Amino acid sequence: MSLDQNNRSRMVIAFTFVVALILSILPGPAWAQPFRPDWVSLVLIYWCMATPQRVGVGVGWTVGLILDVLYGSLLGEQALAKTLVAFLTLKLHLRMRMFPRWQQAMTVLVLVAINHLVVLWIKDLVTHAPVRWSYWSSSVVSMLIWPWLFIILRDVRRRARVS
Amino acid sequence: MLSSSGWSLRTPTVLTRFVVFTALSLALMVLDHRGQHLAKIRAGLSVVFYPIEVAATLPARAVESFLNFVGGNEALQQKYDKLASRQPLLEAKLERYDALVAQNTHLRKLLGSAALVADRAVVAKILQVSEEPFTRKIVIARGSLDGVHNGQPVIDNHGIMGQVTEVDPEQSRVTLITDPGHAIPVEDTRNGLRAIVFGTGAESSVAVRYLAAPTDIKVGDLLVSSGIGGTFPFGYPVARVTRIVNNPNEPFLNIHARPVAHLEYNKEVLLIWPTKITPGRTLPPASAPGPQPTPLNGVRAIPDTTRRPPAARAPARPPAAAADSSAGADHGH
Repeated sequence: MSLDQNNRSRMVIAFTFVVALILSILPGPAWAQPFRPDWVSLVLIYWCMATPQRVGVGVGWTVGLILDVLYGSLLGEQALAKTLVAFLTLKLHLRMRMFPRWQQAMTVLVLVAINHLVVLWIKDLVTHAPVRWSYWSSSVVSMLIWPWLFIILRDVRRRARVS
Repeated sequence: MLSSSGWSLRTPTVLTRFVVFTALSLALMVLDHRGQHLAKIRAGLSVVFYPIEVAATLPARAVESFLNFVGGNEALQQKYDKLASRQPLLEAKLERYDALVAQNTHLRKLLGSAALVADRAVVAKILQVSEEPFTRKIVIARGSLDGVHNGQPVIDNHGIMGQVTEVDPEQSRVTLITDPGHAIPVEDTRNGLRAIVFGTGAESSVAVRYLAAPTDIKVGDLLVSSGIGGTFPFGYPVARVTRIVNNPNEPFLNIHARPVAHLEYNKEVLLIWPTKITPGRTLPPASAPGPQPTPLNGVRAIPDTTRRPPAARAPARPPAAAADSSAGADHGH
């Protein structure tokens, strides 16, 4: 693979993450807030699964940290959660590639829920945040979005020949 | 870091990286939570990622300007009419307010007490609302270049919204009073009862904590900032009590209140620079104990409301009634 190709792959991956970050902080009505899918986790899971040699724990930590800065949350909170998501996906990526789409979606549900659980633990330790059931709806929405996002990102990866 | 296969140094395994980055995250969190070690780093990072925030607000701005363009004259005319009709009303109110402020300042001088009074205010546009569940924060388009500082009160035309907790050059982050990490000292306007209002993370509900059962507080009571603590000036509406639950099994009353400020609706907020009003040189000598510092702009004052005896509070409270007579006199010209 040429150096040029290598750089282009990186740019494409970075671009998808930037889009995910923008979608994560896009202003929206308050009622829709709990139903916002965890875009960054989804994109991270996809790239960890498709190109584990490029995207891994370090990238997860970095985008998590950027998300912390954008959210204004405790620095390291999202970073830790995304690190864990990346790690688990790397461990599972060979199996996830083989899964039928619905089973993949279930795995994504679990991964995103773990992400949310970690964030909840940290928030609870720091500010005693009240838990509401709607908090978990984001994981479910992420699961429902996954098959479509998977198709889009796969197209992006094939067109840009990211490998 | 060493691979066990025994032939060379390899890139670290996934597990090693995971452990390293987890440790890094934990260290960051501890540093960020315990003190302000990371304020500079955070400020630097948010400047770097400012373009992402701008990109995120672009669609909303585009829609707004498009609607303005399409709605055009009619909407503007309507808005103008509405504002024009309110103008005389507000002016009339303001006239009375000037008189009240003058009188209040005079009374405070007589009492020899310092108080925070907002003398400068700047309108700031809301750029972004925290989209993370549980936190209630907003980002406004004023930063350290406009003189914004940490802990600065933010209000709207109904009441207190929150305080500035993070300042960048071009923008700053405001923690709303509904944020679970926020607390504000208040006072019941009906009887002067002191309390603390805590955010809960819900968008339109705050909690009044640590009040035990026989406390005189009722549904409908207006809670205003008490000025204790020095961050917020005295007398701005904070919340109205909506529900009081007395569970005998719990040591304190469970009191819910609704923020007075329109936290979820505004597009613009007001930043205020409270100034400390201290007894000046023009005082009658008898009522000016202690040193007399000159008023300083932007200095955080610690008002002595805590030490004021209840008797002394009384004359400061109902100047509204007394002001009517003097308001006419002051504005006779």
